[in-house]
Amino acid sequence: MTDTPPARAAHEPSALELERRAYRRRRSRQSVLVAIASSLALAIIVWATVINTPGWAVVQETFFNPEIALTALPRVWDGFLLNLQVLGLSIVTVGVFALLLATLRTLRGPVFFPVRVVVAAYTDIFRGLPFIIVLFLFGFGLPTLTNTRIPPIVLGTLCVTLTYSAYVAEVIRAGIEAVHPSQRLAARALGLGYVQTLRRVVLPQALRKMTPPLMNDFVSMQKDVGLISILGAVDAVRAAQTVTAQTYNFTPYVVAGILFILLAIPTIRLTDWYTARLRDREQAGSLV
Amino acid sequence: MSAVLRATGIVKSFGEREVLRGVDVTLARHEVVALIGASGSGKSTLLRCLGLLEPIDDGQIFLDDQDISDPRVDANRVRARLGAVFQSYNLFPHLSVLANVTLASRVVHRMPRRAAEARALSLLDRIGLADLAREHPDRLSGGQQQRAAIVRAIATDPEVLLLDEITSALDPELVGEVLELVRQLAADGATILMATHEMSFARDVAHRVVFLDAGTIVEQGPPSEVLVAPREPRTREFLTRFTT
Repeated sequence: MTDTPPARAAHEPSALELERRAYRRRRSRQSVLVAIASSLALAIIVWATVINTPGWAVVQETFFNPEIALTALPRVWDGFLLNLQVLGLSIVTVGVFALLLATLRTLRGPVFFPVRVVVAAYTDIFRGLPFIIVLFLFGFGLPTLTNTRIPPIVLGTLCVTLTYSAYVAEVIRAGIEAVHPSQRLAARALGLGYVQTLRRVVLPQALRKMTPPLMNDFVSMQKDVGLISILGAVDAVRAAQTVTAQTYNFTPYVVAGILFILLAIPTIRLTDWYTARLRDREQAGSLV
Repeated sequence: MSAVLRATGIVKSFGEREVLRGVDVTLARHEVVALIGASGSGKSTLLRCLGLLEPIDDGQIFLDDQDISDPRVDANRVRARLGAVFQSYNLFPHLSVLANVTLASRVVHRMPRRAAEARALSLLDRIGLADLAREHPDRLSGGQQQRAAIVRAIATDPEVLLLDEITSALDPELVGEVLELVRQLAADGATILMATHEMSFARDVAHRVVFLDAGTIVEQGPPSEVLVAPREPRTREFLTRFTT
């Protein structure tokens, strides 16, 4: 049995095809020019409007002061490193805890009824509770309860984990349920057990479906990490606040904001690249 | 001939609807049995029940004289001894063809990866799919996917192969290559129970034909009798739809 088509000889494009290609090239060159022109026009309009706003000079001075930005940057950066640490730890803890929650919630059988109820209640509560309240309750409640000083990095990670695990667990659960039941059937037919099926067949496929919403939660988590300043941690936001208090200038906040944006962009690009690669590998042909 | 798979009095309902109403079926070693019947007659349900992929409501199933319908039996270990192929292939899209074929060997039968892959490649080579072993299933044609799914099912040397209308989702020109593979397996001595609408294939390859209607076995016997000169009027009525 042959499965590959016979090799084709090199093909010389016909005059018709050459003309079509030339037309397509002209069209795409035209599109590029139009895009550049419209972008320039928009930029000029925005620029002219902003410059001519009466308060622009003051705003520029208090929010976009290059000197203050430079003096604030080292301190904001030091604080930002703490945000990064909390983020790094949270990625691991949220991943593990959310996967656990999602798995517990999909368990069947009467024995697991209380487990399912507890997990459902947990996700309901922590998705409903504003993050800032979680920070207040746990960030100040827990040290009081245990009567010890808990380092802000631990408290911050704990609060981020508690809240974001609830979101991520729901994303994972939806992803698991989106895998077609025939896939489970095929895996079980091969003799794979419940957990083996979950690990080898369902989760890998669920993960592909989950990537976009998961990355959305991740980007959101990246910036919510900035809220741990409430716990007294000297993070990027708190550092910016300190500099602002000394200089009466809001530029440090802009500096911190830019750092958070710079952190988010690679994640967003990485997600796009990753999903595109998965699509290429598993799907033949292109989508119109 | 000794019975490999024997089922007695299988009853199965989905809610109020009784799909199997006491089915007895036996499968001897190296026997190829074709299960025929209209859509909704219970063919797929019977295959799933026999493969322990669907709990039964009554009756018993024996594999090598062991009662596998006993809830105390580890169903995973029983399923590992059976092979199943489905109408819509159900290959795992996130795994390469090779990984699909070796999954059960590695994970369930704890075979070293190298040995599992060597065996899978030789099986794939036999049906001309070795070149596509590293591809993901979506790059394959329907016929290639279904043949890969059959190889996945036989990679662990199952005692019984349960084939559930494996050509129903294929174009007529692709049906042939899949049936050819089943013919080879039958010639090699596999024990096969297949639900099918391919009457000429059933006549050529099956040792026995079982006609299922409304959840009961109406008639069974050698294809030369059941397909050519059926005794029961319902069998005759069903078969006229294929001859015209």
